[in-house]
Amino acid sequence: MKIYVPLDSAAKALGADDVAEAIRSEAEARGLQIDLIRTGTRGMIWLEPLVEVDRGDGRMAYGPVMPDDVAAILDGTAETPGPVEDIPFFASQTRLTFARCGVIDPLSLADYEAHGGLTGLRRALTMDAAEIVEETKTSGLRGRGGAGFPTGIKWDTVRQAQADRKYIVCNADEGDSGTFADRMIMEGDPLSLIEGMVIAGLGTGATKGFVYIRSEYPDAITIMDRAIRLAREGGVLGHDILGSGRTFDMEVRVGAGAYVCGEETSLLNSLEGKRGVVRAKPPLPALEGAFGKPTVVNNVLSLATIPVIFEKGAQHYADFGLGRSRGTMPIQIAGNVKHGGLYETAFGLPLGQLVNDIAGGTASGRPVKAVQVGGPLGAYFAPHQFDTPFGYEDFDAAGGLIGHAGITVFDDSADMLGMARFAMEFCAVESCGKCTPCRIGAVRGVETIDRIRAGDPSAVPLLTDLCETMKDGSLCALGGFTPYPVMSALRLFPEEFGTAKEAAE
Amino acid sequence: MTTQPPQPDEIRALIETEVHREGPLLPILHAIQSAHGHIPDMALPIIAETLGLTRAEVHGVVSFYHDFRSTPAARHVVKICRAEACQSVGANALTDAVLSHFGLDAHGSTPDGRLTIEPVYCLGLCACGPAAMIDGKVIGRASAESLSSRLEALA
Repeated sequence: MKIYVPLDSAAKALGADDVAEAIRSEAEARGLQIDLIRTGTRGMIWLEPLVEVDRGDGRMAYGPVMPDDVAAILDGTAETPGPVEDIPFFASQTRLTFARCGVIDPLSLADYEAHGGLTGLRRALTMDAAEIVEETKTSGLRGRGGAGFPTGIKWDTVRQAQADRKYIVCNADEGDSGTFADRMIMEGDPLSLIEGMVIAGLGTGATKGFVYIRSEYPDAITIMDRAIRLAREGGVLGHDILGSGRTFDMEVRVGAGAYVCGEETSLLNSLEGKRGVVRAKPPLPALEGAFGKPTVVNNVLSLATIPVIFEKGAQHYADFGLGRSRGTMPIQIAGNVKHGGLYETAFGLPLGQLVNDIAGGTASGRPVKAVQVGGPLGAYFAPHQFDTPFGYEDFDAAGGLIGHAGITVFDDSADMLGMARFAMEFCAVESCGKCTPCRIGAVRGVETIDRIRAGDPSAVPLLTDLCETMKDGSLCALGGFTPYPVMSALRLFPEEFGTAKEAAE
Repeated sequence: MTTQPPQPDEIRALIETEVHREGPLLPILHAIQSAHGHIPDMALPIIAETLGLTRAEVHGVVSFYHDFRSTPAARHVVKICRAEACQSVGANALTDAVLSHFGLDAHGSTPDGRLTIEPVYCLGLCACGPAAMIDGKVIGRASAESLSSRLEALA
């Protein structure tokens, strides 16, 4: 009997380790031979810890499981919705990037290969760098970190740059609230990220990679570290990648609690051992990045999607999606929702369908008031905007952004002026201090919102003006996008800023 | 983690383990903090000398990052998430309740040196908030009662 228990942080946070221990000791007490396999999560966090049992007739799901439920599961008397693939939340997804996550043992190269792993890399090893870049361009893949820049074009710039050394830097500084897909893939399928980075190296001529992981993710750091060692031992990394004679190696770097290091130039400074201060662009990191050398900086999801693109072909990937948003997006459903977790689907699904149908509305059972899309720098959306299709251009046109595709749902008890103030406060705490609109603007923003809260209507135009300045004058997205949550809250809920009454008078 | 003030040789040994890396400063600082619970002032000139930096440059880096401490934390460090997703499920009330239970302000430590409570902006547990982390161990769907009693039980 094979028993699968997630080792993902979210599952552990809900007791998965205790459940695994209970299974081990209960099986031992019964003299039962079991094969206990720790996997990533299937992404249905409300069902965690989700245990799967294979008695030879497929994997049956149980969840959420508490240690007390273990006896009934081993007896075969516990209730099951059947295989995970039959659960509607899962059945309606298109899993490309996350196909293996939750299915395989993340630290087994054999398991990885048995599920399509390394097929993409083997194919890439038969192509030259220009062909690899062309394949990436054809897939239509755009940077999943938030900016949505075409990955293939970035790679091409690095490929054509002349230098003695080039780098692939994976941005795993996933600091945005409401997002956890990077963490999930690093904990559940780290080898796909490694394979993606090796292919990126082959496509650009880079031989060294770094995964810069935030320190708030200790479990992801441990698993990535072990996966890299495993890949090295298995010949996926090193001086002779899969016997090809080609070279690529990589290591994990740990952040130190600075949100701004998720910004690529600030991350590069941090990697070099400096203060995580934003750099002005140009020069582009693609030409002068880590240690002054041409560098690809890509998000975890962008790189972890590369193997499936090379495995199934760029066109297969590009056939999913909407307009210029090609492929699938791992959407993270978070906050006050009944069914939270990871939902990978082709671009184009309306926001409301995600919130009401897939997430099942709020966990509190109260009406949805607002949804913040794209993390702390993303705009709030109200229910009247729920027909907005999930895509880069569509969200831009609606005055927002999809960012790293986290959606955080709030019920009607949310204090939107308070959330706007929090956005400014967060920006003030996390500003790197390099540019004035962000460093000073965020502090003034908090003060101005406090004036509004105290009933000063003249502070509202001041806030609007301040947001304009931050948006136009900041060096990076921290100062530049903080106005998104602030202004969207003001626009959608003017009564909470005391301006509706003024307008009515 | 040791509680004795570190000796210069111990700091040098820790630097030695990381100095071969490209851009070794953050790995060095992490190594020192994980061994000694903080970055003692006496370490700065040693790091500066090894890396060919000024002491001010090293201080600038240490002080930039929230993680690095100049004095040791209490025996147990508790991080409570106060980012948006956790706020949507009551993180603010939870934080207030736990802090007031222990009579602390954010970043404060109990006088017996047992507990430091800090805010954190996202642990990536956004679909099972409110989230917290005790000494690196993750906790989901925390309540003020469950978290406070868990913390009371720590030695």
